[in-house]
Amino acid sequence: MSEPIVTQDLVQSADEHAGSAHPTAADKPRGLWGDTWDILKRRKIFWISLVMLVLFLLMTAFPTLFTDKDPNYADLARSMEGPSEGALFGIDLQGRDVFARTIYGARTSIIVGTMATLATVVLGGITGVLAAYYARWTDILISRVGEMFLGLPYVLGAIIILGTIAPAQSNPSEFMIMTVVIIVLAVLGWPILMRIARSAVIQAKHQDYVQAARALGAGPLRIIFKHLLPNSLAPILVYATITIGSFIGAEATLSLLGIGLRPPVISWGIAIADHAQYIRTGAHALFFPAAFLSACVLTFVMLGEAVRDALDPKLR
Amino acid sequence: MATPAEPILEVRDLVKHFPLTQGILFKRQIGAIKAVDGVSFDLHRGETLGVVGESGCGKSTLAKLLMALERPTSGSVRINGRDITTARGGDLKRMRRNIQMVMQDPYTSLNPRMTVGDIVGEPFEIHSEVAPKGDRRRRVQELLEVVGLNPDHINRYPHQFSGGQRQRIGIARGLALRPEIIICDEPVSALDVSIQAQVMNLLESLQKEFELAYIFIAHDLSVVRHISHRVAVMYLGKIVEIGRDAEIYDGPTHPYTQALLSAVPVPDPEGREQRQRIILQGDPPSPANPPSGCRFRTRCWKAQEICAEQEPALEIRPGSPHSSACHFAEVRDVVGSG
Repeated sequence: MSEPIVTQDLVQSADEHAGSAHPTAADKPRGLWGDTWDILKRRKIFWISLVMLVLFLLMTAFPTLFTDKDPNYADLARSMEGPSEGALFGIDLQGRDVFARTIYGARTSIIVGTMATLATVVLGGITGVLAAYYARWTDILISRVGEMFLGLPYVLGAIIILGTIAPAQSNPSEFMIMTVVIIVLAVLGWPILMRIARSAVIQAKHQDYVQAARALGAGPLRIIFKHLLPNSLAPILVYATITIGSFIGAEATLSLLGIGLRPPVISWGIAIADHAQYIRTGAHALFFPAAFLSACVLTFVMLGEAVRDALDPKLR
Repeated sequence: MATPAEPILEVRDLVKHFPLTQGILFKRQIGAIKAVDGVSFDLHRGETLGVVGESGCGKSTLAKLLMALERPTSGSVRINGRDITTARGGDLKRMRRNIQMVMQDPYTSLNPRMTVGDIVGEPFEIHSEVAPKGDRRRRVQELLEVVGLNPDHINRYPHQFSGGQRQRIGIARGLALRPEIIICDEPVSALDVSIQAQVMNLLESLQKEFELAYIFIAHDLSVVRHISHRVAVMYLGKIVEIGRDAEIYDGPTHPYTQALLSAVPVPDPEGREQRQRIILQGDPPSPANPPSGCRFRTRCWKAQEICAEQEPALEIRPGSPHSSACHFAEVRDVVGSG
């Protein structure tokens, strides 16, 4: 007869926790996503990362809000000048304003990073879920194809694909080269996400509640979207937020090799690649784009972490 | 309780062999685990059939076969005369309304990311014709009340409940579609002893209220005795003895049942000293390669040549007033209760 007492305890502690002591709170039906939003609203880290994200998105959409300088205006006489009143972040190797270039660079870096990650998550997520859910031949096929891509060294694969589609001497449009870089990053990156999604879904699939749903007569779509995905989202989300940063870095590597984004396109990656060897004589030209890149990655990581925590009812 | 009317569940010669394969790309079958190997029984409305046996004897596979979560190798499971093992699609979905399940572990059988309302309401979402949309919330709250939970807790998550309460949520989900049969796969083995009794009593009162038929799978003989009208004892994928609970507990005729019952703790010091423990030698043989003839013969003290040559059928025998699969079946009181 200990159960009623347990219930009482639970009522009190849970209500204190939720901050809603009145029983009418039970009248509104709630679900996972509504509850997740309720938790997010109360998290400081969520709002900080959201404000930073909005700032970065504003830079992406309206760089002129932040600077009225022309990022392509070059005065070689002032090459590698340090930060001053006229040029807040100093002047780069080619005599261009580092602040203006950092602001304008946000667009390509963020678009390439987020779009490539999005493409990776969609591609890797769908294939991973299919491989785990249908198993057997579907799994064998998807896993082996994924391993073929995984076996390809990253840089080598990128050189081959980019070198064929957009060779170093060619002069592709900004949109075209960005699209190609995004596709290359996604094509070479999806197998890792596929594996993460696959293993998370396989783990969730063998839980009793999935059996219970099947016993109730639930179809594949309901099982995947109601039971498997919500319970395997955490590792996918964590990996995706880290990937955004590493993709922005990978974009820089490709630029350094002369096959990725190339001038006149402005990006953090190009700025970092251009000035990596001048770290002792003009650290500012390297420091500011790198700092923005780190802040941007941090934003996505914090956001991803906040969402992941809010999605887990046990942490409420 | 067993009525002579039509059984609502008829299981005939149910067999499930899991193939053992070798090789990665080109799989060769090198044998089979005979998890369930020719099981037959009937279940009537409002009746409880207890199924006991040690780990690995095929109890849980049997439950999965009855729920059509696994397809049998052969045999049939008829619910109200219709075979669920061959049903597909919409037919199968409709038949599922009649047979539901309460799972063993209340900590893994509830989706941690769904509210109690969503979990108990899921049957209505899947079978949308059972309850109109506006009515579902009320139905869910009714169900929570039936199983003794606070209907206001509909927006809570499973981790906010104790083990016993979680099992009640699982029972509410099983009841939602008003099934006639509920398979309980060790529903109390993961719970504290004090909570076990509460859940057992709940199951009993629900049986009276809704005329439910239970298949009650357990390895705890005293739990099974408490709730069952009839008991089936399984060993290595086969039923070795089946009968009314008093017949099995007071007059077991199969040596395996006698050995099992002799291990039940007796709460009486005097009886404990007088009774004989039957200690079985060795481990159960591998279900991939069961012994010829009687499967129990390798551990049986009565085994003779005929046991290796001829498989004993599950039938009423001269020494056994109920069905027993032993050539030398004879009543032996091992519990000592008279």
